[in-house]
Amino acid sequence: MSGERASWPLYEVFVRPRRGLNHVHVGSLHAADDRMALLAARDLYTRRNEGVSLWVVRSDAITASSPDEQDPFFAPSGDKVYRHPTFYPIPEDVPHI
Amino acid sequence: MTDDHVYLSLSDAAGEPDGEARWAYGTGFADPLLGVDAAPPSGIDPADLAAYCLMLGDDALVLSQRLIQWVTRAPELEEEVALANLGLDLLGQARRLLTRAGQLDGTGRNEDELAYWRDEFDYRNVRLVELENGDFAQCVARLLMFATAREELYRRLADHADPVLAAVAALGVKELAYHREYAQSWVLRLGDGTEHSRRRMQDALDALWPWLDELFTPHEVELRLGVDPLQLREPVLDRLAGVLGVATLSVPEAAPRAYVNGRAGRHGVHTEELGPLLAELQVVARAHPGATW
Repeated sequence: MSGERASWPLYEVFVRPRRGLNHVHVGSLHAADDRMALLAARDLYTRRNEGVSLWVVRSDAITASSPDEQDPFFAPSGDKVYRHPTFYPIPEDVPHI
Repeated sequence: MTDDHVYLSLSDAAGEPDGEARWAYGTGFADPLLGVDAAPPSGIDPADLAAYCLMLGDDALVLSQRLIQWVTRAPELEEEVALANLGLDLLGQARRLLTRAGQLDGTGRNEDELAYWRDEFDYRNVRLVELENGDFAQCVARLLMFATAREELYRRLADHADPVLAAVAALGVKELAYHREYAQSWVLRLGDGTEHSRRRMQDALDALWPWLDELFTPHEVELRLGVDPLQLREPVLDRLAGVLGVATLSVPEAAPRAYVNGRAGRHGVHTEELGPLLAELQVVARAHPGATW
């Protein structure tokens, strides 16, 4: 019985909050199909008014970077301060930069 | 038990400097009854309206309690949270309807007094919602039947002359549309599933179907208020037949459950399954009268 249940695939859940622009990853759940995953995501992750839009995607459809390649992937950007727009003065009346 | 302070604290959070960041969940909750005129509407007998609100409120309260009983017993964690959510939606409807009944019936009882201090024969819910849970197929069969009928009813009540009842119904339509979709998805999945799941789903429908007709059987109060539930019968049966057809299930042909001397749930005549449910619902409140937490 438990083997049967364990075979439900894992889904990742993304919620777009009311005032945000992007869907944000909030967690995961098990479901037998896409529609069930969407309903379960609604019940598990938006019951406290967290969002206005939901995405669910099978976890095995996501290609992720590996911790082993963390250095070649991410370390090189750590010392490139010139990539930040900090070398010119920002006028005080220009917000959201 | 009042929500005022909760709504206020959540709404205020948005105005604070770190308001949005302070809460992990969304802000901007709103009380759907805020600003709705609670004065008894003219031209309607307040006693009848109170009795009607009690019927609908008791339906919601008792089914809510049945759904909450699934917690720790559901087949999957995801379904357990879903059922608890549906139960809490119904509990919210019950609170507003019982509060309304207490405002109108002249006794000044609040929602807690009505929920915890009435005995079985004073409950006015239909018998369908009090029946023991049975298996998961029975759970979703009852949900589908009840939600389809109640959504259809609330759709009509949304422009009722009583602004409070209309507001409760308008919000309830959205909740019940989801309850119906949830139940429908499981009836389809189990009905059009394996041979075993199909048989269990059909058994569940056969067991519960005879109790459905009570939802369409008018009580004298409903007739006086002009909200004859018999009008719901055809659209609801059509809709249910549509779902069962897609699910490859057959519409049960069993005769409706008999009334006892013309009386049933709406008159306080219940099955023996309501008593234990109410005992569990009421035991803490009765052991510690007036306690707050």
